[in-house]
Amino acid sequence: MLTESEPHYAQPLLKTPFHERARALSQLDAFVPWAGYTTVDVFTSVEQEYFAIRNASSLYDLTPMVKYRVAGPDALRFLNRLVTRDVTRLAPGKVAYTVWCDDEGHIIDDGTVFAIAPNEYRVCTGERQLDWFRASAIGFEVEIREVTEDVAALAVQGPTSCRLLKGVGLAGVERLKPFEHAELSMPRDAGAGSGALSLLVSRTGFTGDLGYELWMQPADAERVWDALMEFGSTRAVRPVGSRALNMARIEAGFLLPNVDFVSAAHTLYLGTERSPLELGLAWLVDFNKGHFTGRRALLAEAARPPRRRLVGLDIEGTKPAHNALLYGERSGRSEAGSVTSATWSPTTKRNLALAMVGAPYIATGSTLWADIYLNRELVWERRMMRARVVERPFFAPTRRRVTPPADF
Amino acid sequence: MSAAPAPAWDAIVVGGGHNGLICATFLARSGRRVLVLEAAASLGGAAVTREFTPGFRVSACAHLLHLMPATLLRELSLERFGLKFAAVDLPTVALAADASHLLLGRGPSATLAARSPADAAALEEWRTLLVRFAHALHPVLTRTPPRLASGARRDSYALLELAWRIRRLGRRDMRELLRIGGMCVYDLLEDRFELPLLKGALALDAVLGTNYGPRSPGTVLSLLYRMAASQGADSLALPQGGLGALAEALAAAARAAGAEIRVGSPVARIAVRADRVAGVALASGEEIAAGTVVSSADPRTTFLDLLGSEHLDAGFVRRVSQMRSRGVAAKLNLALDRLPEFTGLTAAQLNGRLLVAPSADYIERAYNHVKYNEYSHAPMLEITLPTLADPGLAPPGKHVMSVIAQYAPYALAGGWEARRQACSDRIVDTLAAFAPQLRACIVKSELLTPEDIEREFRISGGHWHHAELALDQLLMVRPVPGAAQYRTPVAGLFLCGAGSHPGGGVMGLPGRNAARAMMQKAA
Repeated sequence: MLTESEPHYAQPLLKTPFHERARALSQLDAFVPWAGYTTVDVFTSVEQEYFAIRNASSLYDLTPMVKYRVAGPDALRFLNRLVTRDVTRLAPGKVAYTVWCDDEGHIIDDGTVFAIAPNEYRVCTGERQLDWFRASAIGFEVEIREVTEDVAALAVQGPTSCRLLKGVGLAGVERLKPFEHAELSMPRDAGAGSGALSLLVSRTGFTGDLGYELWMQPADAERVWDALMEFGSTRAVRPVGSRALNMARIEAGFLLPNVDFVSAAHTLYLGTERSPLELGLAWLVDFNKGHFTGRRALLAEAARPPRRRLVGLDIEGTKPAHNALLYGERSGRSEAGSVTSATWSPTTKRNLALAMVGAPYIATGSTLWADIYLNRELVWERRMMRARVVERPFFAPTRRRVTPPADF
Repeated sequence: MSAAPAPAWDAIVVGGGHNGLICATFLARSGRRVLVLEAAASLGGAAVTREFTPGFRVSACAHLLHLMPATLLRELSLERFGLKFAAVDLPTVALAADASHLLLGRGPSATLAARSPADAAALEEWRTLLVRFAHALHPVLTRTPPRLASGARRDSYALLELAWRIRRLGRRDMRELLRIGGMCVYDLLEDRFELPLLKGALALDAVLGTNYGPRSPGTVLSLLYRMAASQGADSLALPQGGLGALAEALAAAARAAGAEIRVGSPVARIAVRADRVAGVALASGEEIAAGTVVSSADPRTTFLDLLGSEHLDAGFVRRVSQMRSRGVAAKLNLALDRLPEFTGLTAAQLNGRLLVAPSADYIERAYNHVKYNEYSHAPMLEITLPTLADPGLAPPGKHVMSVIAQYAPYALAGGWEARRQACSDRIVDTLAAFAPQLRACIVKSELLTPEDIEREFRISGGHWHHAELALDQLLMVRPVPGAAQYRTPVAGLFLCGAGSHPGGGVMGLPGRNAARAMMQKAA
């Protein structure tokens, strides 16, 4: 909790309910701040952690994810006017990924909406949104409360994640389809402690793979962690940090706010805001659902030829094109865009990137040239590497959708 | 499903205040089928004459006509529709506690020259300058405000024209206009005048109806605005029969142009279908279809109550809800069984506008209270006795007194119900210092607080101008960006009330400008 006596910059970062467990397993002590909390960047090795996500199961502490409880007779109307997707048919037990925009149709943030009960929802976002949510609530009978500190959250992702959750006694988890959630109970004998405990399990995640997210009371956090680690001790289960997760999310083609776009709430320079259409998220925008903030601006934008678009790139070579400028031809004469996220993808064996490129290059199959700086034993070289615009996601295993998932 | 019948109306005007009626007149004159819906039983909105006690009638809220430009009055040919003036060019009497009152007419003032020849000369110079400024600025008020970054030729031209008009004042006057434009009126008066009583009277005109004191920034601008609206005339007039007579003439003009007017028909909701205005729903449940709806209600009522924020973007709704619109002017109406005597004034001199604003400091002190949600302990007053020129307002030999009292907060600490009488007493006490027998003459008194004005005239916040007249709420940002050109984010919905450019008081230009903007769109 924040204390009154210290100025905000002197406030210590908060520790999540998983912090003590994570600290004990952290070999590098590589922590980074996230939304006011300290969280693990790397436990041991990025590669090992990445392979836990893709080949076994991973635990990732996402408690700092900002959570809001949105409730009241107008909760659904409020949400439907806030976000670009049609959430009117989002029944209790369902989750929707969506974005929300300002009046100009520029993205403020993305997040997930959980329908908990009639007139009760949970919205999870990367950054705090209370100011915008309150502005959006004018004229609606709705109560918005931040519950970030009241809910501990743990992502369990990977091909064996369903088996792992069943292993700790979360019966019924195998019935969850993608973007569904349910209140499941962990039995008395699972992990240390006593009594059955109840947690919300959603089949959601940021890896594009089979995976779940567990939402629980902070007091239950360590018991859940311990049970998962104990059952997973012979199954290559690892806690993972943000760096490994970032590789997985690029493979999945997911966007990271403030990396692939800057929230319109934070941009200072005109023209650096991004619309969902520019980010390739047109599928999230439902013009037929009635009015929502930014709809008129997005309609006008949709009627104009596009100026730029976020695309997926498959780049020659193995060197990730971090921050690379992109050109229309090898000579590097005309700038065509820039890379926002890049990684070598161990699973697809491709050199991948997300990039914002100008209109002439947005079609799949277009060719660009990435200006990559290579450090070969302290000798820097500049390479122009061919980059092809390809469809996203780069990696989409069928197991992410199969219900029930494979039993290992 | 059968096809919906074509709507019977081209345009529905929400609200039968003066702006709504003027807008309806111009729309109807262009051949449109126009329906005006007024919630109250009578027309005029806050420009209304009302019997507040048997036999005594008074302009209930606004009590002088001076902002409406002569050109607009002519365009509407209101005299043909029955508008008569009981008095025009009302002189102003600045009341002094020691009865050394200043009588300020349109020409040079003998009482002022006797007290301060320097001020008499300075006043002539200042008036001349104000009239020049007013003529330079007036055309800006008669048009749709330009958008700043639209890139459209019409907008660029309008901005250039404004710059050219200011430049054309000449180097000396242009510099003076730019120097004083953002100043507070207190400093300006200190620069130019010496008599506190004169400075008080001039400061009153700058702050009347606004949530400002003389030392608030932007009060020179509000004075310039007042002058610009009336094309520099600022001629105070009393319509025969009160301000309600103006409303009746406006209604007659609208009807003559072909508009239909329904009173007692409050609009509950502006209907939207497929992101377009579809008509209105009345409180009675009746639905009336029209492709165009123009609202003379204040912006907050229009957008938040009648339209609903679900049809608007959140940022726009926030701007509307944060718009400053809290009124600070109360209205005291007194029924008098005889004409009260004012110390040092003849009965004939009571025919003018009497001011209790003995100095700019007095007004600033009065303003202090309202900052903390208190009413002024010594309020600034603008007083008229309309029965002197218009005896028909009261039984023979009897009179009404109409007093605008500043400052009275919208949200009084402790609530108005418990303290209404005390506030009323304060105002009467202040008056009694100049008219010692006043109390004995009072048959009946009625105090309208900003809260009452909100309820009775359906003006959210009870502000005369619907939205505070201030630099951040003028021109292309009035009432808020996104609705400053009479158009709103919802296709087919327009604004034509005092909350729109150029603003409030009984001016009428928003109604006329809005009608023009709507026709432009159709063209």
